[in-house]
Amino acid sequence: MKVEKTDLLLQDSPKTDAKEVVIEITNLTKSFGTQEVLKNFSLKLYNGENLVVLGKSGSGKSVLIKCIVGLLRSDSGTIKVFNSNVTTLTARKLDEMRQEIGFLFQSGALYDSMTVKENLEFPLRRIKRHLKQKEIDAKIEEVLDNVGLLDALHKMPAQLSGGMRKRISLARTIVVDPKIILYDEPTTGLDPVTSDEISLLINDVKKKYRTSSIIITHDIECARITADRIIMLQDGKAYKEGSLKQFEESTDSVINFFFK
Amino acid sequence: MKINIPVSKAKEIARHHTLKLSENTIAKVAIANNFLTDFADAILFITSFVKETFSRKFEVREFLHQCFAIGYKSLSLISVTGFIMGFVLTIQSRPALVSFGAETMLPGMVAVSLIREMGPVITALICAGKVASGMGAELGSMKVTEQIEAMEVSSIHPMRFLVVTRVLAATLMIPLLILYADGLGIVGSWLGANIKGDVSFVLFFSQAFKHVGFIDLLPAVVKSFFFGAVIGLVGCYKGYNAGRGTESVGKAANSAVVSASLLILIVDMIAVQITDMLAL
Repeated sequence: MKVEKTDLLLQDSPKTDAKEVVIEITNLTKSFGTQEVLKNFSLKLYNGENLVVLGKSGSGKSVLIKCIVGLLRSDSGTIKVFNSNVTTLTARKLDEMRQEIGFLFQSGALYDSMTVKENLEFPLRRIKRHLKQKEIDAKIEEVLDNVGLLDALHKMPAQLSGGMRKRISLARTIVVDPKIILYDEPTTGLDPVTSDEISLLINDVKKKYRTSSIIITHDIECARITADRIIMLQDGKAYKEGSLKQFEESTDSVINFFFK
Repeated sequence: MKINIPVSKAKEIARHHTLKLSENTIAKVAIANNFLTDFADAILFITSFVKETFSRKFEVREFLHQCFAIGYKSLSLISVTGFIMGFVLTIQSRPALVSFGAETMLPGMVAVSLIREMGPVITALICAGKVASGMGAELGSMKVTEQIEAMEVSSIHPMRFLVVTRVLAATLMIPLLILYADGLGIVGSWLGANIKGDVSFVLFFSQAFKHVGFIDLLPAVVKSFFFGAVIGLVGCYKGYNAGRGTESVGKAANSAVVSASLLILIVDMIAVQITDMLAL
């Protein structure tokens, strides 16, 4: 399989430099033991866009977003979120930065021992300390209504289906009004219909809450629905960056493997 | 990130790199490395626990919830354990005391044994099985299902919310459970004594507590707090540091029980030495 040079492919990138950059990653490298997962990876996330990071399983996609929120420490390179370098932030500053970022886990990561309402209340009470109980209840109802699951308020996570868990997880992410949302494989393990519903929900969230998002996926349908821009990750490097149209029209064999 | 090297892997590395060290030496170095890594990890965990314990934002509701889960939900198990402890001790020791004509010493002997040693150690071991394994499994499964990471990215400190509350609740509730088990043990002892004898409840209790002084109670209560802390810390440490797969949840629970039980016995041994040195 012939792999074209990344530098040449990057020339196809859409011109988005005029927009405000909310996340800027430069030459990010991350290894686990002798295995180099990310190699001098760079990207920019612009305000208000959905950036899809596409790649095979094990290509380092999840590692990338875990580095952005400081769950993993990078070996080298810089990660700037709203111009603050995550790699050098103090614990307190990192906490403050994390309040601006929502993270949707692949598994949903709902707290098993809490009801849906308690799951949503949990971050809200701790991040938005000034809110009164009435305001908290109203906010919870608003986000649950937005994800179409208002009737699940008192259910336990074990009583929810996979798609419902993802929706509730998304509700928990948006309940604290993050400016950036990082989606880790939002449609993995879901049937095609539910996958499309989640992808459309991602677009709704972007419009309603004016968020900027990085969507990690290998689901092409999800990428088609949500992407404003796509970066393909291959062997820890940015293989190609461009619009959905550029990817669909590409003759590159690696890209065709995904899109055709 | 903690990287433990399996001994077989270390031997393989040695073979591949044609190091001038025997496989045996490499294996020993790997074992030492893993031990030191675990030790350093445990120290970091305790340091982080202490730091978070004294932070301003204390999770009161979760602490009370854990007190309820550890204390109230262990009551039935501890009741049975305490009662049987006293009952069996009485049945077993009565014949020996009768042969020396010292049957009247039975309540005092049982009370002192229960309060000073048997009550704290056996109750703590039972709690290690119930509480430490529960913490190990719960936190381990939270780790596997990314719930701990979900807390971290929401800028909620999992150490503060999950660990501090559980360890402090265990430190507070285990001594109370031990005192409760001691009380029920004496009731069990009275019933045991009445199988072959006839002694009133009031007489039995007054005889029992005639031999028990503050000096018996103090070291027992002090070491009970340490037992509680050990159960909480070991249970949380094992769960918090569980691996990624579902298998690691079982391992965390199992290893929490084994390590906590072993540490309880070691703490007890040290406590007995200190008590002896202080002539308490």
